[in-house]
Amino acid sequence: MPEHVVTTQALTRRYGERVAVDGVSLTVRRGEIYGFLGPNGAGKTTTLRMLLGLIRPTSGRATVLGGPPGSPEVLRRVGSLVETPGFYPYLSGRENLRVLARYRGLDDRAVEAALYQVDLTSRARDRYRSYSLGMRQRLGVAAALLGQPDLLILDEPTNGLDPAGMADMRDLIRSLAAVGQTVLLSSHLLGEVEQVCDRVGVIAGGRLLVEGAVAELRGSRNLVLRVDPLSAAVPVARRLLGAAQVSVQDDQLRVAADPACAPDLVRALVAAQVDVHEVRPVDRSLEEVFFAVTASPEKSGPTTTPELAEKG
Amino acid sequence: MTSPIAMTRAVATVVPGVVRAELRRLLRWPVLWLLSGTWMVLNLTFAYLFPYLTYRNESEPAGPRSGAGPLERLLPDQVPVAVVEGMPMFGGALVLILAALAVGSGYGWGTWKSVFTAGPRRATALAGTFAALAVVLTALVAATFVVDLAASTAIALAEDRAIVAPGGLATAKGLAAALLISGMWAAAGTLLGALTRAPALAVGLGLVWSLVVENLLRGVAGLLGPLKTVAEVLPGTVAGSLAAAVGAPPFSDPNGTPGVNTVWAGGPATLLTVTYLVAFSLATVTLVARRDLAS
Repeated sequence: MPEHVVTTQALTRRYGERVAVDGVSLTVRRGEIYGFLGPNGAGKTTTLRMLLGLIRPTSGRATVLGGPPGSPEVLRRVGSLVETPGFYPYLSGRENLRVLARYRGLDDRAVEAALYQVDLTSRARDRYRSYSLGMRQRLGVAAALLGQPDLLILDEPTNGLDPAGMADMRDLIRSLAAVGQTVLLSSHLLGEVEQVCDRVGVIAGGRLLVEGAVAELRGSRNLVLRVDPLSAAVPVARRLLGAAQVSVQDDQLRVAADPACAPDLVRALVAAQVDVHEVRPVDRSLEEVFFAVTASPEKSGPTTTPELAEKG
Repeated sequence: MTSPIAMTRAVATVVPGVVRAELRRLLRWPVLWLLSGTWMVLNLTFAYLFPYLTYRNESEPAGPRSGAGPLERLLPDQVPVAVVEGMPMFGGALVLILAALAVGSGYGWGTWKSVFTAGPRRATALAGTFAALAVVLTALVAATFVVDLAASTAIALAEDRAIVAPGGLATAKGLAAALLISGMWAAAGTLLGALTRAPALAVGLGLVWSLVVENLLRGVAGLLGPLKTVAEVLPGTVAGSLAAAVGAPPFSDPNGTPGVNTVWAGGPATLLTVTYLVAFSLATVTLVARRDLAS
C-alpha cells in the first residue's frame, strides 16, 4: 500500500481571472491527521472539492488512494463532509443515512454504527429538518464515517458545535486515526488543528504556504521577559540579538532566540538600568506560525520571523 | 484492469442499490404523494365527475351522433382513453413538477454532493433517479387505471348499463401511451431541474413552457407559416397526437380534450415522444456528469 494517501502536484483552479487554488502541492500520509489550515476564502474547500472529484482542476494533478479523484473505486474508500451537510430534510437522520448506505452498497448495520459514533442514536428517528446546527453537522460526519473508509475528508467538522460537541468531535477524530483511518481536516481554528493534527498545511490566497509537522512548524522556543521600563529594554535586546528577533507583545518583551541566551540578555538589560521581573521560555503557538506565514505569502518555507508573530 | 465479468458484476450490484436508494427517498417524500393525489383528484373530476354531472343535467340532444356519446365515454370499456387523455396537459405538467423538484431540490439540499461522493458514477446515480421515477410513473398509471375502472363501473351501475371490460390491446396501448407521455414530461422536468439547479425556477419555467408557450405557439402557428412546422414538433403537440392515436377525442371536436390533437398519426407520434424522452434524459446525464458541483 502506498505511504501517501493524497498527493497533489501544482493543483490549480481558476474562475475566470480569479485563481481560487494556485499551484497547491500537498501530501497526506497514511494514518495521520492532516490539518488544512487557512482563513475563510483561502481555497480550502475548493481544494477538497477537487480531491473528491466534485470540481475539475484547471491544471495540475491529484492522486487519492492511488487513483484519480472522483473515480468510483476511490470514492468507495473515502468518506467526506464538505461545507454544509447534504441531506433530505423530510427524512429522519437514520433514513438519510440508509439512503446513502444504499448508494455505498452498505447494509443498515453500518448506519447504526455511524449513528452511535457521533452519539445521534437517540435522535435518529427525528426528521433532519428539526435538527440543530450541531446535530446536522454530526449527522454529516456520521455519513462520512459510513463503512469505515480509509480516508476521511472533513471540511470544518466542528462548525456549529458547542464547546462540548467540539471536544467530542476532536476525540472522535483522534480515535479514527488511532484505528488507522487517515483524516484530512480543514479548519480555520488554529487551536483545533494544533490539538488534533499531526501535520498541517497552511493555505492563504489559494497558495500552500507551509507544510510540515506541527512540532516542526512551531520550531524554536521563545523567551518572554517582564521588564521595566520596556522602552529602554527594546533597544538593548535588539542590539544584542538583532531587530528581527525582538518584539513587544502584551507589554512584555518577546525574543525569538534560544533560551540559552537568557543570562547574556538579562546581564545587558540590568547593565542598562532595566529592572527584570520575570524571564520564561515559551513555545511558539501554531497561531503565531500561522500569522507569520500568512502575513508574508511570498515566503514558501517554515519561517521564524517573530516580528510578524504579533496577533493581527 | 477490471475484467468484463467483474465489471458486469459490479454494475449488477451497484445499479439496484442506486435504484433502491432513489426509490427510498422518493417514496418517503410528501411532495410525491401530494402531486400523485392531485393528479388522481383532477383525473376523477375532469374525466368522470364533471362529464357525468353535465350528462345528468343535459336533456338528450336531438339528431344522430357520431362516435361515443357523453355517457359511453364514461363506461368501463373506455377507461384506457380516460387514463391517457389528461396526460398531455395537466398530467404532464404535474409529472414535470415532480421530476423538476426531484432533481432541482438536490442542489439546494446538497444531496447531489452527498450522492456524487458516495461511490457510483454520476451517470449511474442519475440512472437510479430515472429508474425510480419510471417505477413511480408506472405505479401512478396503473393506479389511475384501477381508480378509473372503479369510477366507470359505479357510473355503469348507476345508469343501468352493461359492464364491459376494456379490451386487452386497447388497455395495453392506452397505458403505454400514458406512460410514454408522462415519461417524456418527467424527462423534461429532470433536464430543467439540472439546468437551473433550483427547484422553483425549474418548475416555473416548465409550467410556463408546457402550459403557456406551447399553446401560444400553436395559436399563432396558423398566422405564421414557418411557426407551423415548429408548433407541430413541440413536445406537447406530439404528446397530444399520441393521446389521440389511442382514442382521446381531439380538442377540435365538440367536447374534445384540451391538449389532444391529430397532427401526427400513432406511429410518428410514438417515435417523436420516445425521441424527446431519450433526448431529455441524455441531455440531463451529460449536463450533470460534466458540470462542476461547486456549491
